[in-house]
Amino acid sequence: MKLTLRVWRQKNADADGAMSTYEVDGISSDMSFLEMLDTLNEELILRGEDPVAFDHDCREGICGACSLVINGDAHGPERTTTCQLHMRSFKDGDTIDIEPWRASAFPVIKDLVVDRSAFDRIIQAGGYITAPTGAAPEAHATPVPKPDADFAFEHAECIGCGACVAACPNGAAMLFTSAKINHLNVLPQGAPERETRVLDMVAQMDDEGFGGCTLTGECATACPKGIPLVSITSMNKEWLRATRKVKR
Amino acid sequence: MARTVWDSSVGKKTVMAVSGLIMLSYLVVHMMGNLKIFFGAGEFNEYAHWLRTVGEPFMHYEWTLWLVRIVLVVAVVAHGVSAYQLSRRDIKARPSKYVHKKPRASYATRTMRWGGIILALFIVWHILDLTTGTVHSGGFQEGRPYQNVVDTFSTWYGNVIYIVAVLAVGMHIRHGFWSAAQTLGAGSRTRDRALKTVANVLALLLTCGFLAVPVGVMTGVVS
Ligand code: HEM
Ligand code: SF4
Ligand code: FES
Repeated sequence: MKLTLRVWRQKNADADGAMSTYEVDGISSDMSFLEMLDTLNEELILRGEDPVAFDHDCREGICGACSLVINGDAHGPERTTTCQLHMRSFKDGDTIDIEPWRASAFPVIKDLVVDRSAFDRIIQAGGYITAPTGAAPEAHATPVPKPDADFAFEHAECIGCGACVAACPNGAAMLFTSAKINHLNVLPQGAPERETRVLDMVAQMDDEGFGGCTLTGECATACPKGIPLVSITSMNKEWLRATRKVKR
Repeated sequence: MARTVWDSSVGKKTVMAVSGLIMLSYLVVHMMGNLKIFFGAGEFNEYAHWLRTVGEPFMHYEWTLWLVRIVLVVAVVAHGVSAYQLSRRDIKARPSKYVHKKPRASYATRTMRWGGIILALFIVWHILDLTTGTVHSGGFQEGRPYQNVVDTFSTWYGNVIYIVAVLAVGMHIRHGFWSAAQTLGAGSRTRDRALKTVANVLALLLTCGFLAVPVGVMTGVVS
């Protein structure tokens, strides 16, 4: 198929950006969205132009690197990552708008690449457990009730892509932060830092300049891993509990 | 590292939820009280007088009423200030819009800020109209609320302002009640439908209950 792409081009963090229009031909419906962009970039390189910069790594939906807003939707029209989106979701002759994640906490570095290190700092604030390192302990040494294990696992699925922030009209990182907090707070391994984790991670999230939740639900609609909106409710509950318990 | 409740975005939102729920409970009682207008001037005016003597002899004349007023003023201010500060923060966190625009979220969700501003303006107007009588049409009579209400809803602008505000309340409650449950950690997957239903029922009851009065005056049922 033949497509018209309107792509956000921006030389560097300080430069002004704008949408540029490109035509690509010979796109197969079996290609992934990123392979379609590879095709464009090959042509740009052959023409001696600067290829479009975009983030990607695993290309199998598990690393969270890929991050494009396609026709106004974070990760495009399907509930999956950009790398797992296929061109069969589009038809011949379509015009596709491709933009970077937009949030002041995610500044654009170049073209479609944004700086997501704010997420790393939220994790550093409490997204870990103080466990002794060494050989892996016996799996059954610490019993975990099945519903808790399921709850933790559901939230552990978050790949830290930031689509939730990109989709949120307030640039809020509540869905990401809640996924990380809920994952560890429900487990016995996470219990020693249960209160400090939620207080510190929420404070870091605020420090990074993310917005707040107005419960529009855009984040959960965009999340490729199906982290539910009610995760934020669980985080709020943990935050209120910790605020009551911890005096500092 | 950790922030105080008032400094935290989650904390401010908690303040908003609690103050919102306080105002909501007041509105339910207020709406039910208003409906007494359909039982005639005698009963309505007597009810208004009773509001000033509730709690006697423990409370002095109007003490209970002033207590309620103080709680409400604190709630309105706390709600408005946190709404303003959180909104500022939210707008700053998302400075550039997407070129490709999509319609997003439900109408009730998108109108929380504008709806809130309409409500804030209405609260001021409403007090100046029916409590102090400052902007009242026709001769405002202290202690004769029945006649005052009839006067207000005998002007076109009295009706328009009031009806717009009541519709805004309905929308605000529809998203707000459910939101407050999420903010306070009371929501869950199994309770979600129930909470949304309660939010819709509350919004509908409040809207219809409050609208009944101007409609009553306009149709001549109350005169
Ligand atoms: C002073 C005028 C008011 C302003 C400026 C205002 C503004 C707002 C805003 C911006 C929100 C957040 C919306 C969101 O999260 O999407 C909100 C939530 C809410 N409002 Fe108001 N509002 C006002 C009056 C009222 C009144 C009169 C009531 C009572 C019926 C009320 C009840 C609520 C509730 C229950 C919430 C939910 C709190 C939460 O999200 O956790 N508000 N308001
Ligand atoms: S919650 Fe979902 S959208 Fe947000 S970072 Fe995690 S996987 Fe991505
Ligand atoms: S490239 Fe790893 S999730 Fe898309």
